[in-house]
Amino acid sequence: MSDFTSGFWSYYISFIVIGGIVGCLVLLMVTSKVKPMSDTDNTTGHVYDEDIVEMNNPLPRWWMWLFILTCIFGVFYLIAFPGLGTNKGLLGWSEVKQYENEVADTNKRLAPIYAKFTAMKPEDVAHDAKAMAIGERLFMNNCAQCHGSDAHGSKGFPNLTDHDWLHGGSPEKIKETITLGRHGMMPPMQAAVGDQDDVKNVANYVLSLSNSPHDAARAALGKEKFVVCAACHGADGKGNQDIGSANLTDNIWLHGFGEAAIIERINLGKENIMPAQGERLTPEQIHVLASYVWSFSNVPNSQKSYD
Amino acid sequence: MSVSNIASANLGLMEAESESLSSSFYDDYAVRNFTIMAVVWGVVGMMMGIIIASQLAFPALNFDTAWFSFGRLRPLHTNLVVFAFGGCTLLGTSFYIVQRTGQTRLRFPLLSRIVFWGYQAIILAAIISLPLGYTSGKEYAELEWPIDVLLLIIWLMYAAVFFGTVAARKMKHIYVANWFYGAFIIVIAILHLVNSMEVPAELMKSYSAYAGVQDAMIQWWYGHNVVGFFLTAGFLGMMYYFVPKQAGRPVYSYRLSIVHFWGLIFTYMWAGSHHLHYTALPDWTQSVGMVLSLILLAPSWGGMINGMMTMSGAWHKLRDDPILRFMIVSLSFYGMSTFEGPMMAIKTVNALSHYTDWTIGHVHSGALGWVGFIAMGSIYYLVPRLYSQTQMYSKKAIELHFWLATIGIVLYIVAMWISGVAEGLMWRAMNDDGTLTYTFVEAVKATHPFYVLRLIGGLLYLSGTCIMLWNVLKTASMGRHALAKIPSTSVHA
Repeated sequence: MSDFTSGFWSYYISFIVIGGIVGCLVLLMVTSKVKPMSDTDNTTGHVYDEDIVEMNNPLPRWWMWLFILTCIFGVFYLIAFPGLGTNKGLLGWSEVKQYENEVADTNKRLAPIYAKFTAMKPEDVAHDAKAMAIGERLFMNNCAQCHGSDAHGSKGFPNLTDHDWLHGGSPEKIKETITLGRHGMMPPMQAAVGDQDDVKNVANYVLSLSNSPHDAARAALGKEKFVVCAACHGADGKGNQDIGSANLTDNIWLHGFGEAAIIERINLGKENIMPAQGERLTPEQIHVLASYVWSFSNVPNSQKSYD
Repeated sequence: MSVSNIASANLGLMEAESESLSSSFYDDYAVRNFTIMAVVWGVVGMMMGIIIASQLAFPALNFDTAWFSFGRLRPLHTNLVVFAFGGCTLLGTSFYIVQRTGQTRLRFPLLSRIVFWGYQAIILAAIISLPLGYTSGKEYAELEWPIDVLLLIIWLMYAAVFFGTVAARKMKHIYVANWFYGAFIIVIAILHLVNSMEVPAELMKSYSAYAGVQDAMIQWWYGHNVVGFFLTAGFLGMMYYFVPKQAGRPVYSYRLSIVHFWGLIFTYMWAGSHHLHYTALPDWTQSVGMVLSLILLAPSWGGMINGMMTMSGAWHKLRDDPILRFMIVSLSFYGMSTFEGPMMAIKTVNALSHYTDWTIGHVHSGALGWVGFIAMGSIYYLVPRLYSQTQMYSKKAIELHFWLATIGIVLYIVAMWISGVAEGLMWRAMNDDGTLTYTFVEAVKATHPFYVLRLIGGLLYLSGTCIMLWNVLKTASMGRHALAKIPSTSVHA
C-alpha cells in the first residue's frame, strides 16, 4: 500500500531530507573556514548593549566530528531502512514485518508447550497443575482487567465463579465466548410494558421471582405485564442461554439490584459487550484459558490462591 | 512601596514622567509586568504540578470531582508552566533584549501593552476552561477555538512589536539572541495556526480538521516543535543575552552560533515523528524522524558549548554568584536532555522508553533544569535592573532557591528514570508460555514509591520558586520603576 497520492511526493521527501543533511554538512564546512572578522582581537567587531561582544573562535573539532558522524549515520540508516519516500531500504525492514516475525517466532516457541494440552479434554486440562498455572497467567493478562483478579467481576462484568452463566458454562461455550466475544442486548421495554406505574409493577414482579423483598400487590399487577419480558427471559423468568438472557429467579444482579435498578433496565434497556479475543490469543491458548475458567465452577479449590 | 507599584495596572503610558515616553528611554512596561507575572505563574503552575503528582501517587486525592481530577488538571499544569511561566518569561525578556541589543525603543508601545494584557487574559481563560472540561484534546494545544483565535491575534501583535523593534535597531547587525527569538515567534505562529485548524461546532467545542494518523502527525509536529521553538529556541535567545551579561565575558563563537542556529531550525522541524514510533505512521516518516532527531544532537550541543565556553575565564565567579550558577546548571541540563532526547528517538530505545515515566523524566530534566533555570537566572538578572536596584533583595535567598531547586530536579529525574525503566522492562517481560510476566497493575504498584519520590522532588522545586517570588516582590517593592536611558550608538555604529 502506498503512502503517497502521487510519485512526486516520494522525490519531494527524498530531496528535502538528503538536501537538508547535505545542507548541514555544507554549512559546517563553510563556517569552519570563515576567517575572524576582526584581525586584532578575534571578535566580530560587533558590540551590543555597550558590552556584549562576540568572539569568533573556531568550531570545536570534536563537535564537528560529532555533527558529521550523525549525518553519516543518518545517510546509511536511510539507505538501509525505509525513509526516502517509497524507497524500501536495502534491508527490506518494515514495522509490520518485524511484528509478524516476532509473533511467528513466539508462536513457534509456544507450540510444543501447548501441544500437550491441546490433545487433552478441557475437563482434564482443568486438573493439570501446569496448564492451570498458564491459564491463570493468561487470565491475569487478558481477562482480569474486567472480570477482576479473583474472577469475581463487578457491576456490569460477570462473576465467573458463581455457576451462573449467561451464555452457557460448558467448556465449548466458554471457548466460544472467549473467541468471538459476546454482545448482550436488552431493548428498552417501557413502551411495551405500559406507563411508569406498570413498569414499577413489573419490577416488583421480577423481584418476587427471586423471593426478594417486594410489594406483593404491585407484583400481582405486574405479573400480566411480564409476558413481554417472557419472550426472552422465559415465562418462568429463568432466562435463556441461547440468546444470553439473564436468569431473574436467582440472586445474581449483574446490572444492579433493587426496584430502582430494575426500573432503569426496563426503561433504558442494556447493551453490554465482551470483546472477542480470537485475534489476540491462539486457539491453543484459548483451549487452556477456557479450561481454566471452567475450573472455577467445576473443580473444587480451583482458585485456592485467591480464597 | 505598595504592591500595586510592582505590576502596574494602568496601561503605563502615563505612569511616569513624560520623558519616559520620549525616545531616549527604553520602554519596559511590558517587560516589568511579564517578568513579575512569570514568577507568579511559575508558582501557580508548579503548584498544579504538585497537585497532579500527588494524585498520581495517591489517587484518592482526585476526590471523585471532575474538575479537580488529574485528567483536567494535567493540561492546566502544562499550559501554566509552558505557556504562562515560560511564555511570560520569553515575551518579557524578548522585549527587554530586542531594545537593548538594537539600542532602540520598543516599537508600537500600545500594542506591547495589549500583548501583555491579552496574554494574561488567555492564561486566565485556560485556568477557567480547562478544569471545566473544555478541551480540543490535543496535547499542549488543549485550549478551545475561541481562545486559539485570541492567541493568534495577540501573537501577531507580539510579532509586530518584536520585528518592528528589530527593524528600528540602531545597529547594523542583528544580535544572535534576536535570531532565536525571531525564529521562535515565527515558528510558533505557524505551528499554532496549522495544528489548531479545527471546525467549530459550538462556542466551546470544535473538531480537528485532520483525521487519523495525519492528525497524530500534525499534533506531534506541533508538540515537538513547541519543545524545539518555544522551550528551546526562545530560551537560547535568553541564554545568548543574559549569560554573557552576567558572566561579563564575550560570546565564545559567532560562527558556532550560525551553524547551530540553522542546524537547529532545520532539524527540529522533522523530529516530531519520533513521538509516533511503532504506530500507524508510515515507516518512512518514522525513519526520517529518528535520523533527524539524532542529527539534532550536534546543533543542540552547539548552543550548550557556546554558553558554557562563554563562561570560560569567569569560572571563579560561580563560587559567589548564584545567578551565574543557575545559568551554568541550566546549560548542563540542556546538554544532558538534548543528549537523552536523540537517544530516546532511536527506535530500539524508544520501544523501551515509549509510554513510560522515562519520557516524563526527560521532559522535566529539560523543563525544570534547562528552561526553569535559565528563566530564573535571567529573571534574577532583570528584576533589580527593572526596579532601580543594584541587586536582588536577598542573595542568600537566591542561594537557597538554587540548592532546593537543584536537589528537587535530581530527585525528580532519578525517580522517573527508575520508574520509567522499570515500567518498560516489566511491560515487555514475557513467560515461556507467551504470557506477560507482570500484569499491568503490578507495574503500577512498582512505580508507586518513585511517584512519592517525584512528589518530594517537585515540592523542593516549588519551594524554591516560592522563595524566588518573595525575593522578587521584596526587590520590586523596595525600588521604583527604572527609567533606562538608551545609550548613544555613535561609538558602535
